[in-house]
Amino acid sequence: MTRKPKLAVHKFSSCDGCQLALLNLGEPLLLLPELVDIVHFAEAGPLDPDAQVDVSLVEGSISTPHDVDRIKQVRENSGYLISIGACATVGGLQALANFTDRDAWMGQIYSNPEHIDALQSSSAIADHVKVDLEIPGCPVNSGQVLKALRDLLSGIVPRSESQSLCMDCKRCGVVCTLVTKGEPCMGPVTIAGCGSLCTSLGRACYSCYGPTPLVNDQPLTARFSQLGMDEAAATRRFHFITSHAPAFKSAGERLKAEEE
Amino acid sequence: MPARDNRRPAYISRSSLQTLLDRLVSAGYACLGPTAKDGAIQYQPINNLNQLPRGLRNDQEPGHYRLRQADDERLFAWNHGPQVLKPLCFAPQEVVWQERQTESGMSVKQSMPATKPTAVIGVRACDLAALKIQDQHFMRKDSTDPHYQARRDQLLLIGVDCAESAQTCFCASTGDGPALDGGFDIGLAELADGFLIWTASARGTPWIEELDQQPATDDQLAEMLQATENAAAGQSRHLPNEKKLTQLYQRLGHSRWLDLSKRCLSCGNCTSVCPTCFCYSYEHHTAITGDSAEVVRSWDSCFSATHSEMGSFQVRSGIDQRYRQWATHKLAGWQEQFGRSGCVGCGRCISWCPVGIDLTEEVQVILNEGSRDV
Repeated sequence: MTRKPKLAVHKFSSCDGCQLALLNLGEPLLLLPELVDIVHFAEAGPLDPDAQVDVSLVEGSISTPHDVDRIKQVRENSGYLISIGACATVGGLQALANFTDRDAWMGQIYSNPEHIDALQSSSAIADHVKVDLEIPGCPVNSGQVLKALRDLLSGIVPRSESQSLCMDCKRCGVVCTLVTKGEPCMGPVTIAGCGSLCTSLGRACYSCYGPTPLVNDQPLTARFSQLGMDEAAATRRFHFITSHAPAFKSAGERLKAEEE
Repeated sequence: MPARDNRRPAYISRSSLQTLLDRLVSAGYACLGPTAKDGAIQYQPINNLNQLPRGLRNDQEPGHYRLRQADDERLFAWNHGPQVLKPLCFAPQEVVWQERQTESGMSVKQSMPATKPTAVIGVRACDLAALKIQDQHFMRKDSTDPHYQARRDQLLLIGVDCAESAQTCFCASTGDGPALDGGFDIGLAELADGFLIWTASARGTPWIEELDQQPATDDQLAEMLQATENAAAGQSRHLPNEKKLTQLYQRLGHSRWLDLSKRCLSCGNCTSVCPTCFCYSYEHHTAITGDSAEVVRSWDSCFSATHSEMGSFQVRSGIDQRYRQWATHKLAGWQEQFGRSGCVGCGRCISWCPVGIDLTEEVQVILNEGSRDV
C-alpha cells in the first residue's frame, strides 16, 4: 500500500454514543492509526469535516435542513460510506417524534421554537444518499465496525450480520426469558450483534439492534398478547429505538390499528 | 416402555451417590450435573448432591418451560433443560485454527480445545440417542472432527431413566426412551428411596465397584420398570414411524408449509436446542493489523438467512422453505444419511419455540391431511 487510506467519522443527530463505542475499543483503536489516517473524528480530536476520504463512518440521523446538505457533501467526499448505529441506519430514537405533531411538541418544549430549524422527520442516512454498508446497534458494536474496516483494508466486501439474537443467546447458553418467564422478548425478530447483553442478565430484549432481514411480527405479537401484553404495550416494543426500520414501523402500525 | 438393556442393577442409598461424586472429583474429573439456574435445568460443575435440583419438576408445554418445587427428595424427577450434551462435544463457538503471516509465508496452526475428563450426571435416554447420531456425523471413519472427538473422548456418561414425561416428550414413539438403552457408562434409576445403579461399559465399571450397594430386590426392580412404563404411557405426543416419515417427500407442495410460514419466526431456537442438529458456519476473525486471523466455527441453523446462500442468492428465502428443509431433512433425509430419523423425541423444539410450534402436530397434519388452500 503506497499511502494509508483516509478515514473520517461524521456525526449527525445523535447522542455521540457510537463514537464513544469506537473510543472504547481499547488496544485496536491504538493500532488503527497505523493502518489508516483518521482525518476527522470530533469525539477523538481530529477535525477536518470537509476532507476527501476513502471511508466515512456516519453516526446520527438526518433531522435538519443543514443535515441534508451536509450528508450530500459527506457522500461526495467519501469513497465508501458506512452508517453506524440505530440513528444513522433507521433514524434512531428521535424518529419516534415522526409519529407525533412535531410543531405542537416543539411549542411545549421550547420557549422560542421559531429559532429551531428542524425537519418534520428524523430519517436514516440511506434515505438521503447511497450507503455502502449499514451496521446497526444502539450503540453500534465497535467490533463489527472494526471488522468492516479490516475487510475493506483486505479488499473484501464487508457483510452485515443476519442471524437472530436467539441464535446468539443459545450459543452463549442464555436461557430464554420468553419461554421460562413469559417476558415479551424481541430477540426472535432482532438482529444479533449486541452479545446478548440484556438477555444474559435475564432481561427481555427491546431490540436496540433492530430487525432481522426476515421479520414475521404477527406470530410474535400474538404470543405477546397471549402473555398478557396489550396492543399499546406491544406497539411500544416495535416503535422504540428502531421504530423506523420498515419491518418494525409496519408491525407497530398494524398493532395500533388493531388497538383502534 | 420396559428397560431394554440387560441391566443387572444394585441398590444404593441416595447419599451413596455422593460417594460416587467424591470419587470422580478426587480422580480429577470435572463433574457436570443438573442445577436449577435462571429458571431452567442447566448443567454446571458440581461436587455436592445438594447442588442438584432436589424435588424439582419441569412443566413443559409448547413455548413454555417452568420449574416447580414438589415435596419430595427426588433429584432427577425433571426431564431436561435447553441443553445437555451437544454443547459439550460440538462447541457453540470455537476457534478451529489460527493463521499467521510469517516471513516465510502463512502459517496455519490447528487450535485444539483444552479438555479434561468430564463426568456428566443425569443424562436421559433421548440425549444419549442424540449423541449417537452426533457421533456418527462428527466421527466418521473417513473424516473425524478432531475438536468434537477431543471433547467426546473425555466424557463419562451417567444416565438416568425418566420416571415421568414432560408434556412435550415423545421419545416412546421414536424408540429412544424413556428407559436408558445404551450409549452410557453408568446407569441410574431413581426410586422413591435411593437408586438402582448398574454399569453399561468397561469404563463405567470401576466407579461403582466399591460403593455401598445391596442386591436389588424384586420390588425395587418392579418399581424401576413401572416408572419407565408410566413415563411412556404418560406421553400424549408422538411421531409416526420412520417409513411413514419418508412420505414427507411426497408432501413438498402441502399447503401446511405455507401456513407454517405465517406462524414461524425463523429465529433458529428449534435447531439450537435440538440435540441432533449439527449445522455450523465458519467465519474469519482477522486481527485489525491483518497479519493474523482466527477461524471460528459457530452453530448455524437452516433458519438463518445465509444458510442456503449460493453466491448472490438464497436458495431458501421463505420461511416455508426453511421449515420444510428442517423437517424433511431431519425426519426423512437423515434416514438415508444415518440409518434413522434425526428426531429422538426430546420435544425441546416444542418447549423452546417462542411461539410454541409443535413439530409432531405439523408432521401429523402434513402426512395425514390433504392439502388445502391457505
